[in-house]
Amino acid sequence: MTSLPLVALVGNPNAGKSALFNALTGARQKVGNYPGVTVERHSGRLALPDGRPVELVDLPGAYSLDPSSPDERVTRDVVTGTQDGERLPDALIVVVDAANLDNHLRFTLQLIALGLPIVVALNMFDLAERDGLKLDPAVLERELGVPVVATVAVRRRGLDELKARLGGLIVGGPVRLRASTGHVDDDIVTLQRRARALSAAATISETPARRWTHMLDAVLLHPVSGPILLLAILFVMFQAVFAWSQAPVGWIEALCALLQNWVSATLPAGFVRSFLSDGVIAGVGAVIVFLPQILILFAFILVLEATGYMVRAAFLMDRLMAGVGLSGRAFIPLLSSFACAVPGIMATRTIDDEKDRLTTILIAPLMTCSARLPVYTLVIAALIPDTRVAPLIGLQGLVMFALYVLGIVAAFVAALVLRKTVTRGPSSGFMMEMPKYQWPRLGDVALGLWSRAVIFLKRAGTTIAATVALLWLLSSYPVAQAGQKQSEVSIAGHIASGIEVVVRPIGFNHDIALALLPAMAAREAAVGAMATVYAIDNPEDQAGKGKLAENLRGRWSLPTALAFLMWFVFAPQCISTIAVTRRETNGWKWPAFMVGYLFAAAYIMAGITYWLAVAVGL
Amino acid sequence: MKLPICLDSLPRHQRATVAGIDWAHLSVPEARRLRELGVDEGVGIEVLHRAPFGAGPIACRIGRMTVALRRAVAGSIHVSPIA
Repeated sequence: MTSLPLVALVGNPNAGKSALFNALTGARQKVGNYPGVTVERHSGRLALPDGRPVELVDLPGAYSLDPSSPDERVTRDVVTGTQDGERLPDALIVVVDAANLDNHLRFTLQLIALGLPIVVALNMFDLAERDGLKLDPAVLERELGVPVVATVAVRRRGLDELKARLGGLIVGGPVRLRASTGHVDDDIVTLQRRARALSAAATISETPARRWTHMLDAVLLHPVSGPILLLAILFVMFQAVFAWSQAPVGWIEALCALLQNWVSATLPAGFVRSFLSDGVIAGVGAVIVFLPQILILFAFILVLEATGYMVRAAFLMDRLMAGVGLSGRAFIPLLSSFACAVPGIMATRTIDDEKDRLTTILIAPLMTCSARLPVYTLVIAALIPDTRVAPLIGLQGLVMFALYVLGIVAAFVAALVLRKTVTRGPSSGFMMEMPKYQWPRLGDVALGLWSRAVIFLKRAGTTIAATVALLWLLSSYPVAQAGQKQSEVSIAGHIASGIEVVVRPIGFNHDIALALLPAMAAREAAVGAMATVYAIDNPEDQAGKGKLAENLRGRWSLPTALAFLMWFVFAPQCISTIAVTRRETNGWKWPAFMVGYLFAAAYIMAGITYWLAVAVGL
Repeated sequence: MKLPICLDSLPRHQRATVAGIDWAHLSVPEARRLRELGVDEGVGIEVLHRAPFGAGPIACRIGRMTVALRRAVAGSIHVSPIA
């Protein structure tokens, strides 16, 4: 617990709050969680012009103090001093979009009524001017009775004045709420009318200007060109994930090989060398090679989000989503789930309707997340022939595409069934503000990517490394005698033999049974596990990726490979996803249901695939 | 001033003002969200876009904001076209 003065950034969604937070704190940010809820707490340090440091916390965007989502509840509870694990802020910076005062001033009025010291940041001042809107901050300051500063967060304009005015508010004494219960004037209509009058008073002149947003929307939301462009953007995105990642993947593989050679050269043969080289480096390396793909996918999602396009995509998709009982809002979490279901499930918090949100959570794991990519890539490269089915269309690419489509179709079918059974209820609405298009700031995207990379590498360095190391131990002992296979004699081999009994009917062999357990920790660990097992079986070979594919080719049949791919489309093999579902649904009931229905679907679909493939003689 | 019509039958780019809202036809969260987005009697409104694939949502200018709504909600907003 620090004793620094606490300042909270509050404002409507799309007021440019996060950009202002980044501009004020730079890269010195901490991301945590509020206790009991999964709402992220972003905080950072800021130095006032006189040198005093304050702690700045970025609260989730909200429309009013009457919350309709867990995020908005945190915002209300912090500014009213009732949030667990957070003290009452010493001052608020209220961020409003200069071009949308009519609406944003209403929340500002509610916040001012609380009685905390407040400075208003009249943000995106330049965009308002570009739209032909001339405002007088002085009038607003007089009418509101609190300091008002014009800012342009993305261009770092007005920040010094904002800090100076903030400094004047923090006097060091304790602050008190005027309305002690936090229950302030919540008659939205009255406040709204006052806000509109204030906005009119502060407007010097308004000349209609050609608005970029309208011109772009004319194309991007057009009934014909809109969906085509959305499809094109998605196509480029997935294409880029594969095409742009090739070079960096090569570098990471080269680095791993270098490390393994260095370990082999410096350490004497034996337990430690084998553990490091075959266990840790082979296993973790096999997972880290997918970092480039994950980052490329997240880069696209962050940019689409920052530009304001994501809401347009939700708008275009709403009709289709409504067809399976969801809303366009579900599109954003589901698209994020292509990168990883964990942030996807966390993003469902923006869905107000409880049933709608639950359904989205339950189907999110069916979106082909980037952790499946390692598995798909490996199996496809090893067992699907690299032939062309048509000019420019390779069979391998087609199978990969089919797996993605299958995940989407399965998710829609699941949503349809769930909405008619366990999450039955009236169809939910779709009401969303469409923000103005904005050029994303490179620094903000980079910051977002950096935090994703850290999360992934931490996982690779802890969960996955530990799983792979444990598996290495279990598969290395007891040591096989001459003529025996290490992967069968070892402890892991015996466990796998038990699992094999269950999965034998759907065409899975001993290797797969062995990989299924570590894959529970994280799907991509299946690849690391196989790399480790084969490295142990053939200690002379270095476990490169090409070698792994060769090994599979020798040991797996085509029907087995297809069944394995099908299994991974459905199987809920990821502890993190199950954990986040438990947190987001406040209990074990829904994660248990999710695991149950997905495993059942995985078993049945893999079985059908195997037997069909055998029947047609593949 | 013409007679009020439903927002979902307002032609695209025809400027109008909100004449009244049928709050009884809206669920409580819907009504609250609509108020929060600034829908109120007398506010200027205009249909900007209609989503593809049949009866998709519409995008409206409400005051200075662009807001996406479903047709069902738009049906309970009555507007008076400005001649």
